[in-house]
Amino acid sequence: MNTIQIRFFATLREALGATELGLPTAAATVADLRDELIARGGAYAEALARGRAVRAALNQAMVTESAALKDGDEVAFFPPVTGG
Amino acid sequence: MAAQPATLVQVRIQTEDFDLSAEVAALHAADARVGAVAVFVGTVRQLDEGQALDCLELEHYPGMTERAIEDMVEQARQRFEIFGARVLHRVGRLGLGEQIVLVAVTAAHRGQAFQACEFLMDYLKTQAPFWKKEHGATGSRWVDARTSDDAALAKWGIAASNAA
Repeated sequence: MNTIQIRFFATLREALGATELGLPTAAATVADLRDELIARGGAYAEALARGRAVRAALNQAMVTESAALKDGDEVAFFPPVTGG
Repeated sequence: MAAQPATLVQVRIQTEDFDLSAEVAALHAADARVGAVAVFVGTVRQLDEGQALDCLELEHYPGMTERAIEDMVEQARQRFEIFGARVLHRVGRLGLGEQIVLVAVTAAHRGQAFQACEFLMDYLKTQAPFWKKEHGATGSRWVDARTSDDAALAKWGIAASNAA
């Protein structure tokens, strides 16, 4: 099992009432991790539902969900960005 | 050789406002190669649709934000003949008309400066982790990303899928 530090921003932070979560997980990729969170049901299932525009970063760089995870990684989920 | 500034690239995320002329002066001070400074300033505006805006709240991802923008500046340096760049982005609550973002770029001539400035803004709009929330008299809502911003970045040959 790896321990992944998960962070949420903007709409996801509000919907989940959480900014950060340390999770022991067998998830091999960011996609697996998202599916594992969806499987928790409730607000997680709704906020991270497949079909919703959710972007991800791995160790503070934008990634696609096929990115592989290792112990100690930081993964962030957030909606499309709107700065500038 | 004329003296050159120690730091040609500066990226800052801050709550406080910035002094445009001081930032621009500092960017090209003591760099005798500079013949062009292109500057973009984004400000808080009343939206086309919806309620009157009281203020805009900007959230970001501390750490990643600075890293993402520094990477964008490095890509701009590889694409264009620029000498220096300064990118400032404010976070927190901003009122109507306030400055949000500054992108300033120096080069020998205007062409490269204009292009690098536009490139950096197009990149920032779709790839830097900032989120805007509008607060008005009747409530609050998160601003939606626009596919036109993805299209703007695609012009530079970079496929983005932020909004879509």
